[in-house]
Amino acid sequence: MSDSTNFKKVYIYKAFERFWHWMQALLIFFLAFSGFEIHGSFTFLGFENAVKYHNIAAVMFMILIVFAIFWHFTTGEWKQYIPTLQNLKLQVNFYLLGIFKDSPHPTKKTVLSKLNPLQRLVYLGLKVLVIPVMVFSGLLYMFYRYPQQFVIESLNIDSLWVAAVVHTLGAFALIAFIVAHLYLMTTGHTVTSNLKAMITGYEELEDDEPREVTPSVNEEKGN
Amino acid sequence: MRKIILSLSLIGVILLSVVIFLQPTETSEARLTLLKEKYAKKHVPSVDHSKLPELQKNFATPQEVTATCISCHTERHTEIMKSSHWNWEREEYIEGRGIVRIGKGNAVNNFCIGTQGNEQSCAKCHIGFGMTDSMFTYTDPKNVDCMVCHDNSGTYSKGNELAGYPTANLNLTEIAQHIGRPKRDNCGTCHFFGGGGNNVKHGDLEKSMFSPDKSVDVHMAADGVDLVCVDCHTAENHQMLGKVYSLSSMNRDRSSCEQCHTNEPHAESMLNEHTVKVACQSCHIPEYAKVNSTKMSWDWSTAGKLRNGEPFHIEDSLGNHTYLSIKGTFTWDRNVKPDYIWFNGTADHYLLGDVVNDTTKPLKINTLKGSYSDHDSKIIPVKIHKARQPFDPVNKILIQPKLFSTEKGEGALWKDFDWQRASRIGMEDVNLPFSGQISFIETEMYWPLNHMVSSKEKTVQCIECHTRDNGRLAGLNDFYMPGRDYNSLVETAGVGMILLTFLGVATHGTVRVVSSRKKKKSQEV
Repeated sequence: MSDSTNFKKVYIYKAFERFWHWMQALLIFFLAFSGFEIHGSFTFLGFENAVKYHNIAAVMFMILIVFAIFWHFTTGEWKQYIPTLQNLKLQVNFYLLGIFKDSPHPTKKTVLSKLNPLQRLVYLGLKVLVIPVMVFSGLLYMFYRYPQQFVIESLNIDSLWVAAVVHTLGAFALIAFIVAHLYLMTTGHTVTSNLKAMITGYEELEDDEPREVTPSVNEEKGN
Repeated sequence: MRKIILSLSLIGVILLSVVIFLQPTETSEARLTLLKEKYAKKHVPSVDHSKLPELQKNFATPQEVTATCISCHTERHTEIMKSSHWNWEREEYIEGRGIVRIGKGNAVNNFCIGTQGNEQSCAKCHIGFGMTDSMFTYTDPKNVDCMVCHDNSGTYSKGNELAGYPTANLNLTEIAQHIGRPKRDNCGTCHFFGGGGNNVKHGDLEKSMFSPDKSVDVHMAADGVDLVCVDCHTAENHQMLGKVYSLSSMNRDRSSCEQCHTNEPHAESMLNEHTVKVACQSCHIPEYAKVNSTKMSWDWSTAGKLRNGEPFHIEDSLGNHTYLSIKGTFTWDRNVKPDYIWFNGTADHYLLGDVVNDTTKPLKINTLKGSYSDHDSKIIPVKIHKARQPFDPVNKILIQPKLFSTEKGEGALWKDFDWQRASRIGMEDVNLPFSGQISFIETEMYWPLNHMVSSKEKTVQCIECHTRDNGRLAGLNDFYMPGRDYNSLVETAGVGMILLTFLGVATHGTVRVVSSRKKKKSQEV
């Protein structure tokens, strides 16, 4: 990125978005911690407390998800996650090579297109695959005994095994994601610019006039 | 502004949900208080037997007492004579066997093995008089022993080897005038001493239960609710609730915790959920034989050793017999952690004459049925009593030896110490063949634990089962239990995935740092 580029402070992450992000981060951290205690990996809170607080955090997480879904659809922000092949290769190349040569980011970050093609893919995967699988397997985990109790034969699940193993696998995947996510956070314009943006909402973006004026440019073709 | 309202309402909803989630229900405590109130009212008899003119006389025989009882309680004996306390057997349906009459007449155990041929002694715990042998007829109402259960004077006792008759020189008038609702002593005098001594059989029923403190049994503690046996083991027309699966087979007439406590007794819904698969006893009886030792194993094969031609015994430091010439070698244990099994309320039993084909693994004298996938099954705590007991390897059946006799020379093992003769006479008594060969096979007996319920504070904790290694349920492996079980493939893949990500990130980061330094250097140059 040449120093001659113009930068402009842009309000890119709205209040709810930031709240949602940090709340989600907090909950995932706590769920992972308490979850692996339930899994038998270590002892810290005590099994009973771990279960109790894991369940509370899970309920909070699901409420948060409902609000987040509502927000994404009412604001149209869901479109940020429409996957695209455009620039995907460039983006991969950037992370594999360009970044070491200080090449510019191949995808311009704007209010209407905050995510690069790789982010779109990964976050979409989280939203439509990993999180739903975790919520669903978690709900089965929570409620699997009740069908038997109320004798609804069609809902009978005879083993916790599948739900538990899937839930565990998802937890491993989420932790791996967080590791990568925390690292990639440092690959913005400066090491801390992404973090600052997610805290304050403001980020210095390349002043790329036309994009702001004509939003339709960002509606990717072929979607 | 809208965003602020939105975020605030979101926080509000989340907080509210947490508060609702954490709200304990008050009903469980309230229910306990009501129960305590109910049982705090002590039973007041409606009749004072000492005022009855019929009982103002001397009784020459215990049968006279019974006849007098029946003269007022005209039909009670017919109820009793339908009960298993009297018949020593019940009609049961057992899968694979059909309807069978099962009881002390045709079942065996792995303690004193069986009553047949030994009635004279065993009948000390029969509610009748004159059971000298297996020909005892269960039809004479006068032989019903009312006093053994209903004596409230505390002076009645049956004699040793008297075929169920009371000891001599009892004041039967005094006893008859102090008849009442059965006390702990009435039940305990037999049920605490089954198998030939205190706490030999059950592990959770023994003489400390005559007046336990709260640490032994929270229900029967004198400083607590002070329940007696018949508070839970209620009876209608002398048919008592509750039975033990050493002899019972069907899921009926059981006395249960739920009859007072319901199946949702906890404030925590997570704990109530456990009641679908876990019996109350599993968590609330963390250990048994809390005061006196219980017999854990019995090896009949060493019986018969003599010193100077005389039988002898060896005791451990606690006074428990570890060897008896008449019975063999024993092990005892105190404060024992139960074993746990699945149980659906039905059981099968080894009945006399059943052929044993597989002697490589211990023979289950009673098989308690159940599994995780069986929706009627729950995890229950049990005492497993192991034994080596006499077996006819040719006919492949357990041997019922003649053990007891009052005289030497009649072939009883306990007098003559001759396995051959005792086995032959014993098997003749039960009309079964005997090949003349005796071996000893390993057997197991399962005793569900229902008593010695601990206080809430001593309950089994979550982590005692939900733990990777050596948990209480380590032996039950037909289901997935959180905290204990995992899929090793998923563990490896998961940990590998995280490590690879770390590795990737570290490599990437290092290259970044190195390349930017190089660049800086080249710029400086």
